[in-house]
Amino acid sequence: METFLGIDYNVWWYLVFGAVISGYAILDGFDLGAGALHLLLNKELSRRIALNAIGPVWDGNEVWLVIGGGALFAGFPVAYAAIFSAFYVPFMIFLVGLIFRGVAIEFRSKEPGKLWRKTWDVVYCVASITISLSLGLMLGNVALGISLNEQKEFNGDWLSFFNFFSIMVAITTLALFMMHGAIYLVMKTENRLYTKLYILARQFIIFFVLSFVITTLYTLLYIPHLGDFFRAHPSSFIIPVLMVLAIANIPRQLKIGKYRFAFISSAVTIALLLIMVALEVFPYLLYSRDNPANSITVHNAAASAKTMKILLIIALIGTPLVATYTSFVFWTFKGKVKLDETSY
Amino acid sequence: MDVEILARIQFAFTIAFHYIYPPLSIGLGLLLVIFEGLYLKTGNKMYEQITRFWIRIFALIFGIGVATGIIMEFEFGTNWATYSKYVGDIFGSALAAEGIFAFALESGFLGILIFGWNRVSSKVHFFSTLMVFLGSMFSAIWIVVANSWQQTPAGYHIVGKDLEARAEITDFWAMVFNPSSVDRLIHVWIAAFLAGIFLVLSVNAWYILKNKHLEIAKPSFKIALVAGTVFSLLQLFAGHRSADVVYKHQPAKLAALEGHYDSMAVADMFLLGYVNNKTQEVTGIKIPGGLSFLTQGDFNKPVKGLNAFKPDERPTQVNAIFQFYHIMVAIGMFLIALTVYASWLSYRKKLFEKRWLMWVFVWAVLAPQIANQTGWFAAEMGRQPWVVYGLLRTSDALSKTVTANQIIFSLVLFTVVYMLLFVLFLYLLNKKIVHGPVDHGTKEDIEEGRKRDNPIMDHHQ
Repeated sequence: METFLGIDYNVWWYLVFGAVISGYAILDGFDLGAGALHLLLNKELSRRIALNAIGPVWDGNEVWLVIGGGALFAGFPVAYAAIFSAFYVPFMIFLVGLIFRGVAIEFRSKEPGKLWRKTWDVVYCVASITISLSLGLMLGNVALGISLNEQKEFNGDWLSFFNFFSIMVAITTLALFMMHGAIYLVMKTENRLYTKLYILARQFIIFFVLSFVITTLYTLLYIPHLGDFFRAHPSSFIIPVLMVLAIANIPRQLKIGKYRFAFISSAVTIALLLIMVALEVFPYLLYSRDNPANSITVHNAAASAKTMKILLIIALIGTPLVATYTSFVFWTFKGKVKLDETSY
Repeated sequence: MDVEILARIQFAFTIAFHYIYPPLSIGLGLLLVIFEGLYLKTGNKMYEQITRFWIRIFALIFGIGVATGIIMEFEFGTNWATYSKYVGDIFGSALAAEGIFAFALESGFLGILIFGWNRVSSKVHFFSTLMVFLGSMFSAIWIVVANSWQQTPAGYHIVGKDLEARAEITDFWAMVFNPSSVDRLIHVWIAAFLAGIFLVLSVNAWYILKNKHLEIAKPSFKIALVAGTVFSLLQLFAGHRSADVVYKHQPAKLAALEGHYDSMAVADMFLLGYVNNKTQEVTGIKIPGGLSFLTQGDFNKPVKGLNAFKPDERPTQVNAIFQFYHIMVAIGMFLIALTVYASWLSYRKKLFEKRWLMWVFVWAVLAPQIANQTGWFAAEMGRQPWVVYGLLRTSDALSKTVTANQIIFSLVLFTVVYMLLFVLFLYLLNKKIVHGPVDHGTKEDIEEGRKRDNPIMDHHQ
């Protein structure tokens, strides 16, 4: 096994994949959250400002999903094949959600009619909620494990995906995104809309903390193996501790008007949550619940060492490029939303 | 119906629908670079107006292109799990490269392209336009590389046997520059340029016919016509080179394109015809020995025919492949005739007098679209029964855990959603075209905007 800085290529690629998925959750997370709370904004102008807050960036944010899909396909083809064929039905619903989210944003502003706009508002909101819930549902099942046969293919019933734990993860994901989205919008708005979003953000923090606590308690009581890593490595408790601090920091920063720091704290919360899931699950990419020998790991699912090397080179060249122009775009549209003739 | 045919229908349907949009983005991207470049160079506000108008249309097309494109990336995993495992090492890296080098570039700068007019200088805006265009060109590179590898695999070796078998990269650059990728890429790029160019020609021809926006429509038409003429002619050579690669590397596909069955005989070239798949006979208008001549420069040299291959190693839908291929070629010829004739009239300053010709241009927007679709259908059906030529059969490439009912569910879902999208797309595109490239900021425009889709007014309400 070839290594770089003492870590083998497969694990490096797992880290890259994890980073891309975290990037997706942080970036598209606020778009999805803004979408999920969209119907709570009542005025036409408020809805337009909220849409234009994500307008110039949501497309770029969604690209992280595409990169993540490519990264999984290229680095861990066996996992890519197993995960998407297993989650066939929820994933198709997720994809249709993505289609509708995208076109709703695009189509809404193209007609001034009330009914037209109201329809697309509902589509946008429902699609964002659907995407968040199905993402969370799949994440929950990946953490929990599904039944795999010897060919490392799913051989269970897809209705089993709707178990209590995964449903709780789905709700937690939605709550997390709504909190994240509300904070982003607080950062981008002024006056009365800002006040409204400020109140919403505080409520979503409570919503998130509650669902997170329920999920965690349930995990500790009924799925003890998901806590194995933390019991074996007590020093790793620093991560949940940091996460609690990050969450606690959000209302504090909001209160003193440092919205950018509140947003960063919320982004850090998402990253730490995913790191916790990754640590609990590693080295499994997809755990086989009935027969652990059939599990898919970062080693038995990986592409060849040659491909791993190529992929890491691609990532090393690509990441600074993407980081540069993503920052440039965000910087161009920094500050409060100002509508002009090009806006949605 | 069995899982294989359902999965193939689903893939064909979703990719064909998706492929209406990316060629338009690439082709419009090229023209946006030209229009905005002219604006930057001359400072003429007219070019700014043209650019702004086409960016609004670009945004609509791009939006649907992205929405339908994401499905494609995951459909390999959902419906073709065995294929994904088999080619992941190779296909996956091309797809990952597409995401990070192409799509990220395109989508990142898209925000500035659409919303950045008042935020950045005109030079930075032009740079963003250029980056969006380059991103779409790069996308085509990686997708065509991946597909070409399926047609003419190179730079790999097979590891493992039977269920565990898979292709692994041995030489990345040999994989990227496999025997067909460069020729096919150029063919695909030019075809995409033509799709965008003919949209611009169509819309402006319609304005000219309706006597609207003439001061903008005529120069736009002329610029697009120059590009259209150049690329229609270039496509003749690019297309020929693509066919030559098929002759050298995929003889069974080449034989199917012309319905040539005899295992070793002089091959004819048909202008149009009909293949009887059972009797193996072709009826139609032909140039005797034409295919022999095109492939080897000699009317009397034999060409390998379909019967030279085992029945389970050659395509069966020969008539369909024949028809798709011939429609594409006929459209290519038609576009050359149309653009060359129009250019000649333009040179003699009689172009805009010919109303019938303008009507032809209004409808000619469909021609490159049909050629794009039929060309790809010929290329993909001609590769059958292989999904990776000579290595992996389509029937072996499926997801074993996915049932026919699940595919029917998703197929129905996508059909309904896509039909809805298509109707809305045509409605909004038509609306934008009827609205026209009116100037922003003038008093009339603000009045107009109040009535129509221009959001400048609602802002103050």
